Amino acid sequence: MRIAVCIKQVPNTEARLRVSRDGTWLEEDDLPFVINENDTFALEEGLKWAEATGGEVVVFSLGPDRVKDALLKALAVGAARAVHLADPAFLGGDALATGRALAAAIRREAFDLVLTGSQSDDLRFGGTGSIIAGHLGWPHVWLVMGVEVEAGHRTAKVTREMESGVNEISRVALPAVLEIQAGINHPRYASLKGIMAAKKKEISRPTPAELGLDAAAVGAAGSRLEVVSVAFPESGSGAQMLEGDVKTAVAALVEKLQKEARVL
Amino acid sequence: MSRFPGVDLLELDALLTDEERLVRDTVRTFVDDKVKPIIEECHREARTPLELVPEMGALNLFGASISEYGLPGLGGVAYGLIMQELERGDSGLRSFVSVQSSLVMYPIYAFGSQAQKDRWIPKLASGEAIGCFGLTEPDFGSNPGGMRTFAKRDGDGWVLNGSKQWITNGTLADVAVVWAKTDDGVRGFVVEKGTPGFTSSDQHGKFSLRASTTSELGFQDCRIPGDAILPGTTGLKNALMCLNQARYGIAWGGVGSAMETFHTALTYAKERVQFHGQPIASHQLIQEKLAWMATEISKGQLLCLQLGRLKDNGRLKHWHISMGKRNNIWLARECARIAREILGANGIVDDYPVIRHMLNIESVFTYEGTHDIHGLIIGEALTGIPAYNPPIRDEKPARRTEPAPAAAGARG
Ligand SMILES: Cc1cc2nc3c(=O)[nH]c(=O)nc-3n(C[C@H](O)[C@H](O)[C@H](O)COP(=O)(O)OP(=O)(O)OC[C@H]3O[C@@H](n4cnc5c(N)ncnc54)[C@H](O)[C@@H]3O)c2cc1C
Repeated sequence: MRIAVCIKQVPNTEARLRVSRDGTWLEEDDLPFVINENDTFALEEGLKWAEATGGEVVVFSLGPDRVKDALLKALAVGAARAVHLADPAFLGGDALATGRALAAAIRREAFDLVLTGSQSDDLRFGGTGSIIAGHLGWPHVWLVMGVEVEAGHRTAKVTREMESGVNEISRVALPAVLEIQAGINHPRYASLKGIMAAKKKEISRPTPAELGLDAAAVGAAGSRLEVVSVAFPESGSGAQMLEGDVKTAVAALVEKLQKEARVL
Repeated sequence: MSRFPGVDLLELDALLTDEERLVRDTVRTFVDDKVKPIIEECHREARTPLELVPEMGALNLFGASISEYGLPGLGGVAYGLIMQELERGDSGLRSFVSVQSSLVMYPIYAFGSQAQKDRWIPKLASGEAIGCFGLTEPDFGSNPGGMRTFAKRDGDGWVLNGSKQWITNGTLADVAVVWAKTDDGVRGFVVEKGTPGFTSSDQHGKFSLRASTTSELGFQDCRIPGDAILPGTTGLKNALMCLNQARYGIAWGGVGSAMETFHTALTYAKERVQFHGQPIASHQLIQEKLAWMATEISKGQLLCLQLGRLKDNGRLKHWHISMGKRNNIWLARECARIAREILGANGIVDDYPVIRHMLNIESVFTYEGTHDIHGLIIGEALTGIPAYNPPIRDEKPARRTEPAPAAAGARG
């Protein structure tokens, strides 16, 4: 099977975050970046099925030059090639514009499966995979916790975990877009040999024109959603410390829950 | 899963190649995922985490600088970054990899016969076989040239007699690289586990490097075949060449240990609240300590990077390595102590990695050339005067089989 995996590079959530000067994003200058966590699971799932069926994985990512690090990592763990949508026209877009660009890049080749993470750790729209599927006209499944490609590679049994802990299993016609959840597998490490080999693998950087797209349809220009501001939540002032031993504190807590919060 | 964000105040990451960063990140993730969750228990139980060995083999962490036998052939900086990250996990684990790579695979690869290489390099690379390096003896530590272990020609083989002490991985090893005197100087030998007359036993009561096995080796009329000798060895200098490889990595390891204790102290100081609901990080005395650590770590990183670039350009001298080992293990030791102070009582329990690093670093301060011996090596390079031996009081100095200085100082 030929499998496309879309990965996004996001700030390491362990790092100290600061809001950028224009107030619409984070100060990226000294931020460490990593591959979005869900996407590492999507990549592993892709590699697993490509190996099991004798195919290959091609990774796609949209983002500035720094994204090359993430692509190299994906190549080091076993992806065959990478496609990097790095043209400035692609950047700064919403899920709609990003999904449109990625779909156009994916459409240039024949894939049996497209895997993405179910959402990104930074923006959390969770929409890019569905939008890619919409452009390709393929079925898609969100929050995927299990994939089993069936004999003949025409269908896949896909498991989703529902809110209540119930598992939903559906059969999806391929090609399809599956949006993967963290925890579905154990992402492998790049071996040092894999890292050395990654240097020699191809990373192509198509322009919007090469994808048959109008530059006005992608990136910031092609977006319908604009981030107005990002901010840290006000640190709360409503916390109350209950004094006294456990018994007194619990009694006070119960009273407050009944009378003030009215939840009991 | 908590991810170590790194300590890079001088933006040195930008001086690394993509490949070097990827190597570092891979080992960093491996340490966060696989080492940190088990290492305190290993330290408590005084056991080597052997369960990590196959995976370290699969990642190519053993013999990473070799480019034959399907190994990656990494450059000096990438190799150093591996050691940095491993030692951020634990000095004992880093010791395991240093011994396997620099003290066992390197001499077999550099001084061994084709048959020795073919037999051992692939197995040592995958971790299927473990190796150890026997140089130190009960009476000869800083002065290995005085060793008593002797290999005597006997027909077409050799007979080994003597003992080795403080040998990392001694009882775990399938193969030992043993240094012994012969009628023509010190030579290296490859001795296989199970050879009659070769025994090993663990040293107990260690309060340092507890997640690493340290052993004694005994050779009593131990007969080894003629082809057990490493044919490329001609003297003690070959052993010192191995040590140079390992010490280079230890210079990086020191930075790794310091990064871990610093990071722990910084995180703790921002969370721990004392006096008027303020984090201890708001106190000037604490800030000065953190600033000291961060500055020394940054200097240590620069030193390592330059050592690595010199190594890759073939310009690295043995006394450069001494400078790196001496300075960076010292800084790791200081950082461990300061971090211990900042953590207060929590600094002495293994809920935090600090006390383990503090204890571990005492071994590293001593092995692979003590701090002071490295000072003497640098001193000799500066002055041209070797100062390892006090003035000889005997009228008749003992005949030496090795050129002075017999100490770890000889140029390698
Ligand atoms: C945990 C651990 C693992 C080890 N693993 C190995 C291993 O795998 N293989 C191996 O061969 N060895 C190993 N060693 C041994 C290590 O290399 C020696 O401990 C080291 O060389 C120092 O020797 P020593 O302990 O005999 O100390 P000594 O040489 O007795 O030194 C004691 C003190 O005297 C000082 N000193 C000695 N000579 C001089 C001098 N001329 N001038 C000034 N000061 C001097 C030293 O700096 C030190 O402070 C290991 C040691 C430890 C602790």
